[in-house]
Amino acid sequence: MNPGIRVDSRHRWRGRRRAARAFAGGLAISLCLLGSVGPALAEGTERSADEDANPEELKRRVEELERLVAEQQEALRKLEAQSTSPPPAVPPPMTLVSSASGKNYLNLSLDALVAGGASTEPDVPTLKPGGHDPAQRGFTVQNIETVLDGAVDPYFRGQANIILFITSDGETRVELEEAFATTSSLPHNLQVKAGQYFTEFGRLNPMHPHTWDFVDQPLANGRMFGPDGLRSAGARISWLVPTPFYSEAYLSVQNGHGETLTSFGSVAGETVFGRPIEDRPVRSLDDLLYAPRYAASFDLTGSQTMLVGASAAYGPNGAGQEGHTRIHGVDAFWKWKPPRANRGFPFVKVQGEWMTRSYHASATPALSADTFDDHGAYGQVMWGFRPMWTAGVRYDTVGGDAGDDPLDPAHERRNRASANLTWFPTEYSKIRLQVDLDERTVSSDARSVWLQLEFLLGAHAAHKL
Amino acid sequence: MASLLLLAAGEARATLRVVATTPEYGSLAATIGLDRVSVTTLARPTEDPHFVDAKPSHIVTLNRADILIEGGADLEIGWLAPLVEGARNPRIQPGAPGRIRASEGIELLDVPATLDRSQGDLHGAGNPHFMMDPANAAIVARHLADAFCRNDADGCPAYKASLARFEAALEEKMKEWTAKLAPFRGTRVVTYHNTWRYFAARFGLVTGTFLEPKPGIPPSPPHLASVIGEMQRDPIRVILVEPYQSRKTAEMVAGHTNARIVDVCQFPGGLGKGDADYISLIDTVVGAVAAALAGP
Repeated sequence: MNPGIRVDSRHRWRGRRRAARAFAGGLAISLCLLGSVGPALAEGTERSADEDANPEELKRRVEELERLVAEQQEALRKLEAQSTSPPPAVPPPMTLVSSASGKNYLNLSLDALVAGGASTEPDVPTLKPGGHDPAQRGFTVQNIETVLDGAVDPYFRGQANIILFITSDGETRVELEEAFATTSSLPHNLQVKAGQYFTEFGRLNPMHPHTWDFVDQPLANGRMFGPDGLRSAGARISWLVPTPFYSEAYLSVQNGHGETLTSFGSVAGETVFGRPIEDRPVRSLDDLLYAPRYAASFDLTGSQTMLVGASAAYGPNGAGQEGHTRIHGVDAFWKWKPPRANRGFPFVKVQGEWMTRSYHASATPALSADTFDDHGAYGQVMWGFRPMWTAGVRYDTVGGDAGDDPLDPAHERRNRASANLTWFPTEYSKIRLQVDLDERTVSSDARSVWLQLEFLLGAHAAHKL
Repeated sequence: MASLLLLAAGEARATLRVVATTPEYGSLAATIGLDRVSVTTLARPTEDPHFVDAKPSHIVTLNRADILIEGGADLEIGWLAPLVEGARNPRIQPGAPGRIRASEGIELLDVPATLDRSQGDLHGAGNPHFMMDPANAAIVARHLADAFCRNDADGCPAYKASLARFEAALEEKMKEWTAKLAPFRGTRVVTYHNTWRYFAARFGLVTGTFLEPKPGIPPSPPHLASVIGEMQRDPIRVILVEPYQSRKTAEMVAGHTNARIVDVCQFPGGLGKGDADYISLIDTVVGAVAAALAGP
């Protein structure tokens, strides 16, 4: 028993009883031996002069000693047999590195996603609008993500996701994807999150690339939220509604302009729906992004779970000083996993999202006011058909008004079908093969194949369903 | 009306809502708490405790919990934290009086000297399957009684009484189990995963040969071939398999070695019969293992 480890009194008592028994046994043996050998020795020294004279006596004493030793050995053997103690366990080696949970102030992990592949389309980014999608023929370092997280104090948890990736030009870019604190013990089922974070819109937007089921993000997400997903600095409050089933309402208020707000303020000088983007910094509450969401979940059976949600995002856009955008979306997720799943397999997951955008461009000296409506959707099925293997199919579609520039590939109508096969050697790595068939109205159709590798170092990741 | 409300409030307070991550803790909680607690278990008894889905319904359960019992030795690392975060319940935050880490005060075995995942999915805190040693279950039961007393002082005498009954029953059973397995002291058994380390240590069996080549790594043909070779050289008669592990793999190995497969489970309810609570589960497992070791 290691000193310093808190031991329950019962355990200690058992240990003590065992120890007491062993001690009693040991004491008895020692006393007996002392009692017989001691006097023998003592007598031996005292009577060294005449011991030769009495060989018979000496022999008798040796025999007596032998008998005593045999008796003690028998007693010892009986004691050992009685004892319920397990065979002595090998003492645990000293812990040099502590566990991920509870021994460090923060969890640290590094997740790397790299892909290699080929496509009939030479300009891959037109095919894949996501900032962490494969970006070129050959290899792409998609996303090297450092995650730091832990409890700040009794009131907040903190998390930061710092991304490194390498552009097609070979330039390394750093991206502070998220850095936020979440409250851990507000009353009334409330929770506040503040900092830089992914807006909780739909299912995929707040997910990091290594949790995606495909090597790339859906086209709808790319079109509505741009390469980086909808994220910005702000604050979000959520309320766990006291219903018998899971039900949560969110409201996020974030800055409405910048590179990660494609459908909203965006960046001055860019073009969206053929309209030049003007600078729209925050001047009043009207210049912020407001994103409400409601999600509910039901366990249909012990093996089937359903999650549905409705999201919206309202905010200013940069197409004139009065421009504004409304995005609405619904999402659904269903998972089946049998009661005897081996390492979480087999399972079937079905997931879909549909979103629609109304982009109102206000009048400028050169252009009249107009509203552009478009939409996007995807549906996917993932089948974990045997432990550590999944197969998946996905269908993507985006379309609607193309805006003032009908030849802009960023707003063309397009469909895509993808299929993939993934092997997870362990929870910490995966190898994914994916094929895509792209059908586009302005650009040419394309076929692509990608092979992706993920590896995770450090703290064990924990994920929501 | 006011008295009715008071009565309702009084009743609501009298019942502690206890949530256990895995069913063995749920079983102990029910044994100690009796009718003063309502127990919900997040993981199903047939499920791999490391790969439980973080279902949103669990957030609701945790939101209303007075007490959360977790193993706390990394077994729930992949799913518990986001649930507790979503539950926003101060009563069960780490360090709160309602949060119980069952592994506290238990001497964990197999603590790795270095954390190196090339050696498999090692748990830094040590082997988390300590509940399969009934002596550890007694420690956890005492933790539970203490925690229930902290959170419901009125019920304390009742909790202490059921703890004493449980300890007495366990002590009685322990003699029986020890005697049942005593003839097989030093006998080797094969297990799928290193789940039965504490059980074996308690009852004098020897584990160390696993169908998994390394913890958490699925069985591979070369590894299984070496296990079969080992089992043939030094006859090992028994393979222990849990409900969520691949019985087919175990059957293949058994087919080559004439070993017997024993269906065991760490969780009450996982075997489907004779395992309604913790003591009956261990009883069933000890009986099945002893029967298999005794042979035909």
